[in-house]
Amino acid sequence: MSDPVELLERLSSVRGIRGSILVSADDGLIVAESLMTGVDGRAVAALAASLTNRMRRATECAGRREPVFLQLQAADGTVLAAPCGRELVLVAIAGPDVNVGLARLEMLNAAGRLA
Amino acid sequence: MSDDIRGMTAELAADADSLVFLDLAEALRQRGQLDAAYKVTRTGLARYPQLARAHDLCARILCDRGEPDRAFEAWVTALHYDGGLVSAHKGLGFLYYQAGDLTSAEKHLAYAGQADPDDTGTVAALERVRQEQEGAGGSGREREGAEGVAATTQAPAPAPDHAPAAAGTAPAEPAAAPAEALGGSPSLPFSFDEFARSPADEAVFAGLDGGTDGLLLLDTNGLRLGGGLRNPDGNDVADEVAALLAGVSKEAARTARLLNLGDWNGLAVECGDGNLFLSSPTDSTLLLTVRGLDVPMGRVARFADRASMAARVWLERGP
Repeated sequence: MSDPVELLERLSSVRGIRGSILVSADDGLIVAESLMTGVDGRAVAALAASLTNRMRRATECAGRREPVFLQLQAADGTVLAAPCGRELVLVAIAGPDVNVGLARLEMLNAAGRLA
Repeated sequence: MSDDIRGMTAELAADADSLVFLDLAEALRQRGQLDAAYKVTRTGLARYPQLARAHDLCARILCDRGEPDRAFEAWVTALHYDGGLVSAHKGLGFLYYQAGDLTSAEKHLAYAGQADPDDTGTVAALERVRQEQEGAGGSGREREGAEGVAATTQAPAPAPDHAPAAAGTAPAEPAAAPAEALGGSPSLPFSFDEFARSPADEAVFAGLDGGTDGLLLLDTNGLRLGGGLRNPDGNDVADEVAALLAGVSKEAARTARLLNLGDWNGLAVECGDGNLFLSSPTDSTLLLTVRGLDVPMGRVARFADRASMAARVWLERGP
């Protein structure tokens, strides 16, 4: 496994990304973070892990493979998540100016190295 | 003016964005107030220019007014925005039949029949068209009886590629209903109203690809409202998935609010073998759209937009 902090900092340097967190999938606790000040990392981590787990169960029930990438789209930004195996979830918070395609590739790459 | 129409008129006056214009225009059409129905529909289309159902309704009104060329254009426009809209396929099949183009009529009716095999009117019409095709031997002008149509309605002779009909083909009998306009020629065994309305039209995603598998509308309590979902083995998993998705809307809203991201408007999920998109057509409903990996996520999201619109129309009509 690569250094999580290094990967988070690299991810957070993508234009439009405001911060990133590595979360424990089971309990939603923060494993590592690289966030802008003012962002409540703990709450975001818990909610992102919960959403990811819920969608994982839903896709399993639908007979689909596990999620590899999730994007919560909102009016003024987006939350991106990439499960790293069963235990971790990589989460990024981005503004409306983010290049989602680029961020997605960076996250999938990082998730592969963290798994 | 009936109470229904009065009520819908008041509702539309109070909220110009309301989709009740569809019901109001349909009610006016059924009462024979075609100009008023047309005006209401055009006003609605000014607000929702991409709403296929409104173009479809406009086409039916134009058909009733005896303007098949303009109805043709409206149905083509409806299919431009929703290629699977069954009633538009029926309408075009009807017009092609009138114009004597049995091949194109068969194509559209076959699509409508496949989408809704229980619609006996369409099935019967399709059989009739196929019988006539066999009788015509597939050469030259396919149905000689169509000459009777030309004498009464000057129906358009649209090209098979759905190019709009040429202008200047105004009907001689403006008020003639299309089925009646067939005159002495062999008529289709259904009326236009039967033609335009079928049980499938009452279904939430009627006419949309995946309306019974791959589109699932549920309420925030995890109960299925419409649509369906099957796993790759063909088993119905709609209710189980709906139950698992209960609460997603609240969590998504909380997450977005916590981060000052405004209202959430979609959750895209890429799986190893498919793409899912979760959206919220209304505050109290969720829509899950599922497609295979061959459909890129961007297209899944756009398809979900169309399905959301259909869901809002269906919910507003009161299923």
